[in-house]
Amino acid sequence: MSELTYTASEMMIVIAARVLKGARTVFVGVGLPNIACNLARHTVAPDMELIYESGVYGARPERLPLSIGDPTLVSGALSVVSMADLFGLYLQRGLVEIALLGGAQVDRYGNLNSTVIGDYAKPKTRLPGSGGACEIATNAQRTFMIMRLKRRAFVEKLDFVTSPGHLKGGDSRAQLGLPGGGPELMITDKGILNFDNSQREMQLSALYPGVTVDEVKAEVGWSLRLAGKMEEVDPPSAEELRLIREELDPGAMYR
Amino acid sequence: MNPTTHADKLVSMREAIATYVADGCSVAMEGFTGFISFAAGHEIIRQGRRDLTLIRMTPDLIYDQMIAAGTAKKLIFSYMGNPGVGSLYCIRRAVEKGIPLPLELEEYSHYGLVGRYAAGASRLPFFPLRSYIGSDMLAANPLIKVIDEPYGTGKIAVVPPLNPDVAILHAQRADRQGNTQLWGLLGMQKEVAFASKKVIVAVEELVDESVIRADPNRTLIPGLIVDAVVHEPYGAHPSYVQGYYDRDNESYLAWDKLSQDHNAVKAWLDEWVYGLENHAAYRQKLGQAYFDKLKPEPLLAPSVDYGRYR
Repeated sequence: MSELTYTASEMMIVIAARVLKGARTVFVGVGLPNIACNLARHTVAPDMELIYESGVYGARPERLPLSIGDPTLVSGALSVVSMADLFGLYLQRGLVEIALLGGAQVDRYGNLNSTVIGDYAKPKTRLPGSGGACEIATNAQRTFMIMRLKRRAFVEKLDFVTSPGHLKGGDSRAQLGLPGGGPELMITDKGILNFDNSQREMQLSALYPGVTVDEVKAEVGWSLRLAGKMEEVDPPSAEELRLIREELDPGAMYR
Repeated sequence: MNPTTHADKLVSMREAIATYVADGCSVAMEGFTGFISFAAGHEIIRQGRRDLTLIRMTPDLIYDQMIAAGTAKKLIFSYMGNPGVGSLYCIRRAVEKGIPLPLELEEYSHYGLVGRYAAGASRLPFFPLRSYIGSDMLAANPLIKVIDEPYGTGKIAVVPPLNPDVAILHAQRADRQGNTQLWGLLGMQKEVAFASKKVIVAVEELVDESVIRADPNRTLIPGLIVDAVVHEPYGAHPSYVQGYYDRDNESYLAWDKLSQDHNAVKAWLDEWVYGLENHAAYRQKLGQAYFDKLKPEPLLAPSVDYGRYR
């Protein structure tokens, strides 16, 4: 078999799709996570229903949504509800199995910042803010994060905690009574990190083909832990790439 | 006093804004990425309103434009982005540099602001939600509080009710009394309408009361709480109205570039807001062929049988 060429974004989409294997309900945003979910639905999670904070359950978008409120999410969906119902009856009720989140900054415990860079009152950069992220991070049964590895994003200390992860590590999340399980995975463009240790601290658990541990460490702003065993990850298959390129993102918006 | 249900509330947008939106009042123009009454926002700019408190979960282009025009002193919001595109540069200029005026921010998460509308709508003293605990948003906004659960041992976040002076909402259709039907993303429009002291509804189509009565499950807002009805086709452009027109994404992308320069924004406002008499002139300037390109293919829902019981 000849070797397939692919981009780092395609690898990220493929991994994000594979880890959704068997998922029933996924809370999703637009862009790359949206493509990952649709790829998963075509491959490893045929029963998956997509939930959007705009009030859509069971979306079957016929085009790549331009925004999280795109009318294509409504047409053909299983149900369209008010946002009060979406956040109350679906999310807070505990019906969201996996939420996909990202942010401008993340720390070692998976806390996320999407609010400001710099001081809140006098920000260097004003970011969009929470949207639904704070309550999604609080209530989803499991949180998977998708972010490109960059030293300015993987920081020792967040400028602002928008969405709680494992807070100060260990059982600090449970102690505050947050219902959801918190961050489980961080999917990046170089490898996968998990939180499978008693401190609930992010640790490198898998490297993509051709990537070294040092390349990952160079993009992380704290002394990165390594998992006891480094998993191997298969590159994208011909079918995964075909689905992304021909069906899910033919305009190459996210590749 | 509630308006009487049988009054004819049909007015022009100019009259609706002149009557119900005063300097210094709080205005909630809602609709999550769609159903955004740009027609009303532009009329508020044209009438030169000042010192408004603008409330919207996602300020979108309309509040970027209104803030660039100097109408607002404060913004209450939960996600400040150009949805699916990027930043809102006019709002950032106001926040970061005070151009054209400083802007006070009051920030929530989506569910927090939905909860404020819901408490306001049913006149409750607060709305409890599982969010904010462990987040710095608590420190950033003292109106968000954490209390002991009255029937348990844990803690719960609460937000106060919000009762805007005016709600401005766009929908597919209404009758002249303001009985309003909306389908597609329901967002928070029902809660906002019931929470607000005055309600202006703008619609694509004005219909007879019999059309409303034929499908009562689709009525989101009763005329009972509506003060003004404006017939404003394409009034949500460049956002969308489900089944009527798509989002004009080229306009959203163009704004992303244009809005990075305050002088370009001023020129845009001169051409597309101050230079036009009303939204009919805006429609005419763009031309029907322009809107025809935004019309989706039809996808009809089969009708349902309500039954006749007598």
